[in-house]
Amino acid sequence: MKKQKIEVSKVKGRGRRRFIKTSGIALAGSSLLVACFDDEDLYGGNDGPFDLGGGDLGVLNYAYALEQLEADFYTKVLNGNYWSGANEVEKTMFQDIYNHELNHRDFFKAAISSVYDEDEVLPELGFDFSSVDFNDRKSVLETAQLLEDTGVKAYNGAGKLITSGDYLVLAGKIVSVEARHASAIRSVLGDHMDDFKFFAGDDVVDASGLDGAEDPSVILAAAGGFITTEFTANKLP
Amino acid sequence: MSIIKLLEDFTTEKLTTDASSRRDMFGSLGSLGKRAALAAVPFGLAASSSDAKAVTTTAAAQSNPVSALQLALVLEYIEADFYARALDSGVLSSYPKAEAVYMQISKHETAHVNLLKGALGDAAFDAPEFDFTAGGNFDPFGEDGTNDQVAYAQLLILAQAFEDTGVRAYKGQALNIQGNPDILTTALRIHSVEARHASEIRRLRGMKGWITGDERGAGVPPIAQAVYVNEDNTVQGGVDVTTLGDGSPFSFESSTEAYDEPLTSNDAGNIAALFLS
Repeated sequence: MKKQKIEVSKVKGRGRRRFIKTSGIALAGSSLLVACFDDEDLYGGNDGPFDLGGGDLGVLNYAYALEQLEADFYTKVLNGNYWSGANEVEKTMFQDIYNHELNHRDFFKAAISSVYDEDEVLPELGFDFSSVDFNDRKSVLETAQLLEDTGVKAYNGAGKLITSGDYLVLAGKIVSVEARHASAIRSVLGDHMDDFKFFAGDDVVDASGLDGAEDPSVILAAAGGFITTEFTANKLP
Repeated sequence: MSIIKLLEDFTTEKLTTDASSRRDMFGSLGSLGKRAALAAVPFGLAASSSDAKAVTTTAAAQSNPVSALQLALVLEYIEADFYARALDSGVLSSYPKAEAVYMQISKHETAHVNLLKGALGDAAFDAPEFDFTAGGNFDPFGEDGTNDQVAYAQLLILAQAFEDTGVRAYKGQALNIQGNPDILTTALRIHSVEARHASEIRRLRGMKGWITGDERGAGVPPIAQAVYVNEDNTVQGGVDVTTLGDGSPFSFESSTEAYDEPLTSNDAGNIAALFLS
């Protein structure tokens, strides 16, 4: 197999440039509006925190927020000492998951941008993972488990909010990969607890054999501790 | 027509097809044609067209939650029976980790069967007889004298094929059940559990938990390639995700691993049909 170039950067190259360019335009635009004493701008039309929106847009922005969260976390994992000293299996696992989450994140940005107006696309969020010790194996694995299990519940709960069949199938394509991640991370943790059922443990799969499903409000309340950029989800349940 | 008719067809076919000719069918994917054609029709989606692409976008496919759940029930019956027999076989007794994993998966698959039977009500059907040797090609339970090491490898290969198929098949039914939020949510909640299973079984085989390209993995016979057809797709929502950026996250490998692809009813039915006795 072709040896893959491993590329880890704190901020992505091309997307970063594009974002700066975009936000530059947005900034110029809003200055212009202020200069013209635009009513909407003056009276708070765009002044509150960003709202994810409703319907399919809201769900897409919501997924984009979660993928940004995961991408940021795994970027920090790959820049931490635990990862650089990890065994080959764990190293490859986290490298792969990092790859997948960055791909998901940039996919959502492109997908939303291709259909919706620029000011409807969730901006780049800020995150605070100071509660995680990226030099510590347990801290990294347990946070990864939390994020992946949460991602699964989030997508499972959001499915019924999606009206477009195409977006529903896309969410399905992604959620099963999140579940594969969750299982792999749990499996690594389970091996160390001598609990070989932990990959799909009774703590996460119920007696009917079902994974969780939660509304966005529940998920955002749980994940909110890691997100420093304020935004609202007023049009989602 | 219903999946019950499908099962009847296979029972009838069994009477007219001896073991050696069924073995021949395993020689190549192409020879699956007849069995595939039989499997395709009864799902009620292929009645007016032999073009799988057209079939998946027909109005019938958009509004057929019963056939979606019936397909799911067949797949869950296969899995539930497979894991129960695997645990009974004794093959796993020298593999404590795998045995624990199979116990957990077995518990889930049995629960899924009960859930789907309850949801289908009168449209449910009893479990058919399965042939996990697939016409004499495997001996996963060591019933034919195969040693435990080889049988164990086959147990894992079959489990991988069933779980990866399950993940793709549920995804393929999303549009059929989108109109019913409760059914959709339940199916999603099963779907992600299947993905957890798939990941763990693959890791037991020393593989990654996710699917790279359309690779079926070492030791998996060519017949199982049907499980991985089109998994190498890189175009998501009209966007070729390999073009989104540079570096490892956007390589072909990462771009295919990051998205699991759906399987049509026909393709899922064809895979299930391999194990109907």
